Order: sequence, then C-alpha cells, then structure tokens
Amino acid sequence: MCSYIVEKARLTGSAKGPNGWMKIDTANVYFDHPYHAPLDHALGIDFVCEADGARERVAVEISRESALALIEKIQAALASGEAAHATPSIVGTTSDVASVF
Amino acid sequence: MSHQGLIAETVSFRGYNGDQGEAYYARPTRSGTFPGVVVIHHLPGWDEWITEVVRKFAHHGYAVISPHFYFREGPGTPDDVGARVRATGGVPDAQIMGDVAGSIAYLRAQKNANGKVGAIGFCSGGRHCYLAACTVPGIDAAVDCWGGNVIVDDPKALNAKRPVAPIELSEKLACPLLGIFGNDDENPTADQVNRTEAKLKQLKKNYEFHRYDGAGHAFFNTSRPAYRAEQAADGWNKVFAFFKKHLAG
Repeated sequence: MCSYIVEKARLTGSAKGPNGWMKIDTANVYFDHPYHAPLDHALGIDFVCEADGARERVAVEISRESALALIEKIQAALASGEAAHATPSIVGTTSDVASVF
Repeated sequence: MSHQGLIAETVSFRGYNGDQGEAYYARPTRSGTFPGVVVIHHLPGWDEWITEVVRKFAHHGYAVISPHFYFREGPGTPDDVGARVRATGGVPDAQIMGDVAGSIAYLRAQKNANGKVGAIGFCSGGRHCYLAACTVPGIDAAVDCWGGNVIVDDPKALNAKRPVAPIELSEKLACPLLGIFGNDDENPTADQVNRTEAKLKQLKKNYEFHRYDGAGHAFFNTSRPAYRAEQAADGWNKVFAFFKKHLAG
C-alpha cells in the first residue's frame, strides 16, 4: 500500500551523489512501494539536506531483511570501531613512548 | 490483422488552479475518434510502469493521459520529485482532483475525442480515482484498482491534505464504478472491500467488484513480485470490457 509514513532522522555528515559530495542533515526513512527495486515493499532511505532545500538526495531502496542486517552491521561497526579508537596505538609508559621519538 | 500503431509523447496540460504541467499522452495513430482515459499514478510517482499502462490503453484503441501530479515539485527526475512529495506527506486531494479535471478537459479538447472519458487509478491512485468519480464532473466510467484508504478506520489517517475518507462521498458517485481487488491485500483488506461494496449497494450505485484469490496488492504490476499473471490477465479483461461498455462512442 502507499502509506505516506516517513520517519525523519536528523544527521550530521555528508553523502556523495551524481553531483559529488554534499552536506546532509536528514534521512527520510520509509517502508513502502519502491520506485526502482523489484520488491513489493522496500525500506527506503533518502539522505538530503533540508537546510539547503532538499533538492538533491542520495537514495537507497532495500528489502526488509537487508535493512535489518544493515542495522546489525551498523551497530557492530560502531561498537568495534569505538573500541578500536579507544585503544592507544602505542602501548607503554610515558618514558617508553618518549623513547620512540 | 496487424497491430495498430500508436504514438506516445509528453504533453503540457492545465491542471488545478490553471497551473501548467506535464503529462504522458498516447493515442492510436489511425484516423478516427477514440474514448479517453485518465490514468492516475500512485504515491511513489510517475514511474515507468504507469507509462506502460498508458501505452497499453492506446494499443487497445484509447486516447490516454497520465498527468504527473507532482510537476509543481520539479525540476528533477520523477523519482526524485516523488521522494520530495513523500517527505512532505503527499499532495492535497483537492489539487489532484483539479489535475484530473484538467486532464479530462485535455482529452475532450482533442479532435480525436469521442466524447467519453474514463478514469483508472492504482493503489493510492485507486483511492484518488474513487474520489474523482464522486467529485469531478465529466467522468463516464471509473476503475479503482486496489485503492487503499477508501475506508479510513484510523482517524489519524485524515489530515489537511486528505480531509475526507472517500467512502463518505459515495452518495455523489455519478458514474459506473469497477473495482479490482486481491483477497490477500492488507490495504484495502477483504473486509474493507466488502464494506465499500455494501455502501454502494445500499446507495443503489452502478458498480461491479471483482476479487481475486491468490493475489494481493498491485498484482497487475509486472515489475514486482506481487504480479500474478493469471489474475492480472483476467483483471485486464474486466477493465477493457467495462470501458468498452461505458465509453464506446
């Protein structure tokens, strides 16, 4: 069915589309008939910059199963990434580190 | 007998408020007069499948127009424009009704018009077609293909853009109505289709409903897994028989 339902996520970041990189501030998220994907219903995400009028977008249409897998992978990437970035690349005392240089 | 030729092109029409927009228009190339049909696209927008529907009608001897209901949100490709419309909650019913009226006027103004005009819509376009059949003058036959939200059970679905459930306007239905539905559809459900039919029956309206087992929403749409070849073939036969009966010159 055509649902008219759109969830809006406020974002900070950039997206790359046909005209190159652009600032984005919003993701419009919906689950409805897709425009292109050969699915009855798809999870659609349109990354836009509402502050600039949302005239351009970076869009995806993916299956429900793909969306759920993507959520898991985003969470996994954030968790492992945060852990990795929290670990000092050089382990040792201050004097050990100083001796390296 | 060989296939008859047709021509399809993008044209300009005047819609709601006199606004000038674009529409996809197709007609047989042979001389003569033809019944007109307005094809109403669904919420995601003016997509390739809807142009296929337009050409299908032209192939069967109709002069057909599919207005781009989102032309005011341009420029851009129909999918990007459709995404903008979705993000703002769709366009007002009144605006779409005005664009349907403008499309009817376009068809009636052509030299090839036989004086009869039908309308057909799919999904949210089916709802708009039901609404048009009840509120827009000049429609001689209407086809609602699985229009959702003709009956509104959740009042939260009504808003400034869609202020009235179409079922509430059924008394004003002024032309024969054909309904095509899949029994596995979730919007409209089989129960909602039954309730719509009960209303039309109570009002003694001229209608015919056809329900298909093993089919859900959008089962005419060849680009989706929902496509059901057997049911769709029968459904299209019902559509063409209905229009032949009511739109012949």
